[in-house]
Amino acid sequence: MSLERIKIAPEMFDIMPPEYQDLVQKATYGNESRGWKDIGTSKELIEEHSLCAGCPESMAFRYILASLPNPEDTVMVGSTGCTSLVFPHVGIHNIHSLFGNQNAIASGLKRALTVRFPGRVKDVVVLAGDGATVDIGLDMTLQAWFRQEKFTTICFDNELYANTGGQESGLMQKGFVAKMAPIGKHFEKVRLPEIARESGCHYVVNCTVSKPNLIEKVVKNAIYIAREIGPTYLQLYTPCILEIGKNSMEGLQEMRDAEKPTERFAYREYISEPAKELIAEMTAKEKERKAALKKQLAGQNA
Amino acid sequence: MTVQYKVLPGPEHYLPPSAASMGIRLPDPGQGHINGRIVPEEEAMEAAARQFLMAKVPTIFPGPLVLWAWNEKAAKKATAIRHLYETIKECITPSQKPMLIPMPDYRPKYPKIDPEVEINPNHPNLTIWHNKIDACMFVGVHCHQANLSLKIIRGGTNCYTIAMCAQAGHEDAMLSFRDATADKIMRLAEWVRKLKGSVQPSEN
Ligand SMILES: Cc1ncc(C[n+]2csc(CCOP(=O)(O)OP(=O)(O)O)c2C)c(N)n1
Ligand code: SF4
Ligand SMILES: [Mg+2]
Repeated sequence: MSLERIKIAPEMFDIMPPEYQDLVQKATYGNESRGWKDIGTSKELIEEHSLCAGCPESMAFRYILASLPNPEDTVMVGSTGCTSLVFPHVGIHNIHSLFGNQNAIASGLKRALTVRFPGRVKDVVVLAGDGATVDIGLDMTLQAWFRQEKFTTICFDNELYANTGGQESGLMQKGFVAKMAPIGKHFEKVRLPEIARESGCHYVVNCTVSKPNLIEKVVKNAIYIAREIGPTYLQLYTPCILEIGKNSMEGLQEMRDAEKPTERFAYREYISEPAKELIAEMTAKEKERKAALKKQLAGQNA
Repeated sequence: MTVQYKVLPGPEHYLPPSAASMGIRLPDPGQGHINGRIVPEEEAMEAAARQFLMAKVPTIFPGPLVLWAWNEKAAKKATAIRHLYETIKECITPSQKPMLIPMPDYRPKYPKIDPEVEINPNHPNLTIWHNKIDACMFVGVHCHQANLSLKIIRGGTNCYTIAMCAQAGHEDAMLSFRDATADKIMRLAEWVRKLKGSVQPSEN
């Protein structure tokens, strides 16, 4: 369906930069079962990025963009920070909001899209740093959850203000010393996943982005639940290798270390009762679809 | 005494004023403007055709509104633009080098764009300087981005700018049409053909 919507005028096709030609020919728009496994075999919805070499945010972006179930009808809302430098290279509608305002913008946007396109599923996904989500934007973050706004909030938690050189953030660990927070943080990392649960989120996950299949699963769950039930929240550890003094190749190991069972990014999830029912329904449907496909294939081979 | 501001090829200076703030007004239907002076549309047609025939690197910059076939009108305009480009190619001398360079979208593409294959409204000078473009026409670029870009070009380059605008025209271009249609673009191509051989390519 969606490929129909993004046709290049035939007379202009040959002059379009190759990445746009690829986008209409080899991207996975309109493919419901798109996922992280498409990376490498189809056109990704992200071009070159301007993050530091090896920054885990770039992995997170790739996995999330590959996993959005409905990219042609998704609008992402970003905020200022390292992530905002990536959005200009992303093949998805996106809005850059004033720092901290992302969940307020997303609330209005989601409501407007629902009124404007009553027959069509439109997903809104907020993607912002920890400074934007938990410090300057905390009011907007929480109010959207209290109001049960139907969109997903994703926080790239690198535990500090990376883009401005390393100031203290609410999600920074206690005692941590950063370049622009020299005396060390005095209080504990804010427990935003727990706060999200208490504020009305129906699906909350706290994890790292070390495993692409896991990111696909939680992104899809978060979006489907937000569509049908209410707000969802993902807090993803994307360590700022620059600020913690790691090399480009060390981001993955840093995440693996941080997700060990006793560590702060050990996998944690909360799912509300209605969301559990929805996931069960979706799983059953998926099983049916796969069984039908198997039967069809067997029929073809017979 | 007030001095009438003229919208002329630059480089004017860093951050030139918007032409509107200097008293330049937009043409009415059936008119165009040249350097801010309101003229009948045919006069603008002739002047634009002359610029294309004179330029060393006459270039068309089609924007998203015509690059993407989002409706039938857009697809027709794309055909007309290609026709204009082919006509310019046929009507100039071998020493001139026409170009058709897209502006696929408006994202500020940092850290870099490839100036040989695209133009970006946030740093159009890169494409103009790199390809030594001395006359260009914007078509299918949303008003706000066109004005931004035309102003940057006037500020930092000596490129002659033409706007084939589908709305009310662009005062920040050196020459502007309004109410662009596929037919109007075809008429400009006819003017280029009509003047073929009568305009000397520029020396400098
Ligand atoms: C209203 C406003 N206040 C402050 C800033 C300055 N500023 C830019 S990025 C940033 C920190 C971003 O931190 P975070 O949200 O954690 O994103 P990161 O760069 O770490 O990914 C700040 C404070 C701004 N751009 N706008
Ligand atoms: S400063 Fe840190 S978070 Fe930002 S791009 Fe570099 S490594 Fe990534
Ligand atoms: Mg941060």
